[in-house]
Amino acid sequence: MVEFTLWDILRNLLLATRWTVLLSLAAFAGGALVGAALLVARIARLPGASRGVALYVQLFQGTPLLMQLFLAYFGLALLGLDVPAWAAACLALTLYSSAFLTEIWRGCVEAIPRGQWEAADSLALDLRQTLLHVIAPQALRIAIPPTVGFAVQVIKGTALASVLGFIELTKAGTMISNATFRPFTVYACVALLYFALCFPVSAWARRLERTTSR
Amino acid sequence: MNAIVTIEALRKAYGDNEVLKGIDLQVQRGEVIAIIGKSGSGKSTLLRCVNGLETFQHGGVTVDGQALRAGDSKALRELRQHVGMIFQSFNLFPHLSVGRNVMLAPTLVKRRDQASAATAARTLLERVGLADKFDAAPDQLSGGQQQRVAIARALAMEPAVLLCDEITSALDPELVGEVLRVVESLADDGMTLLMVTHEMNFARKVADRVVFMHAGRIHEMGPPEQLFGDPRTPELRQFLAALH
Repeated sequence: MVEFTLWDILRNLLLATRWTVLLSLAAFAGGALVGAALLVARIARLPGASRGVALYVQLFQGTPLLMQLFLAYFGLALLGLDVPAWAAACLALTLYSSAFLTEIWRGCVEAIPRGQWEAADSLALDLRQTLLHVIAPQALRIAIPPTVGFAVQVIKGTALASVLGFIELTKAGTMISNATFRPFTVYACVALLYFALCFPVSAWARRLERTTSR
Repeated sequence: MNAIVTIEALRKAYGDNEVLKGIDLQVQRGEVIAIIGKSGSGKSTLLRCVNGLETFQHGGVTVDGQALRAGDSKALRELRQHVGMIFQSFNLFPHLSVGRNVMLAPTLVKRRDQASAATAARTLLERVGLADKFDAAPDQLSGGQQQRVAIARALAMEPAVLLCDEITSALDPELVGEVLRVVESLADDGMTLLMVTHEMNFARKVADRVVFMHAGRIHEMGPPEQLFGDPRTPELRQFLAALH
């Protein structure tokens, strides 16, 4: 029988961590793009945008991420699209992130006093100029701490992608524990690695909160 | 006639609550109009209709030959280039320096280059007595100074009309004078001014015409000596008596 050292376990988990990081980055970046687009559609009062986005947000906030992953994976397969697990996971996590981010950012934009909009309007700025030069710089300051805080949720959320068979940190942990018969050691290492990813991010969020609310 | 602002049969309602019940007003070029009245009489709403911050249901507003059309945002922005507005709460952009506040609209809307916009901004800040505050942040200034920056910011767009919405109401009493002196100098330079104000002494001194609004209508209108010296209606008499 093959003996696995702790280093063997950790080394393989670290290799899988790359995929967790990559998936988190992709989901967060994609979610930010889609979320920002939805926010602008809402602010610009595009017809139906307010209701549509509200429904979209409710849908993704009101269902478990696990179901969203299943639906993305099996739903696309049902449509005849043969998508790999990583693509389905990226898609589901992007949509999930976008729903939360657009709602977080809407709150930040609404926190900007009406007078700022009125001053920009009175100076004949158009919507794009108002958003870019007046609203966004102020909203961004408020948005950074909750946004970074949500990034932690995304990192932890990627663990669910393991159910699709995508070999990220959690899935690698399951596979290694099946081979080594040392589930506690393996999952303790997995948890530590997640913590090592999340802790700096949330510590950064806390620091930002202090510095931006001075 | 050389009217620069024409308001005709203007009606506005919030739901069932009609706040403007048919306003007719013509403002001549260079004229200074003070709008007085109790809170809730519709005076601020009237002012905000002139640059389209409020929409209205009936009637029309024309500024500098341009009619205000609801829903046409391009025409609205065009009109707003002719109308400056100063608010009770200053509404300076807190993330920009004083100079940048003044330069923002000319560079974005009128496509002025940075250098000439900066020069113009310095001239305007000097005019409102804040030449040394170009690089200051708005929150480093007193209320009176902030309001003077807001005036400079509005002037930077070279408006034909300036709307002042209770611009001294948020100020400590000792800071009111410095702002009113700037407004008075604008009036002396021939700027067309529409101001909603509670400063009756200022209205009496600077205004060419005083408009007394009551319950959504222009209740009485005329030169200040007449309105303050010989009020015709009991509502105006009561309003003026309550001030003392």
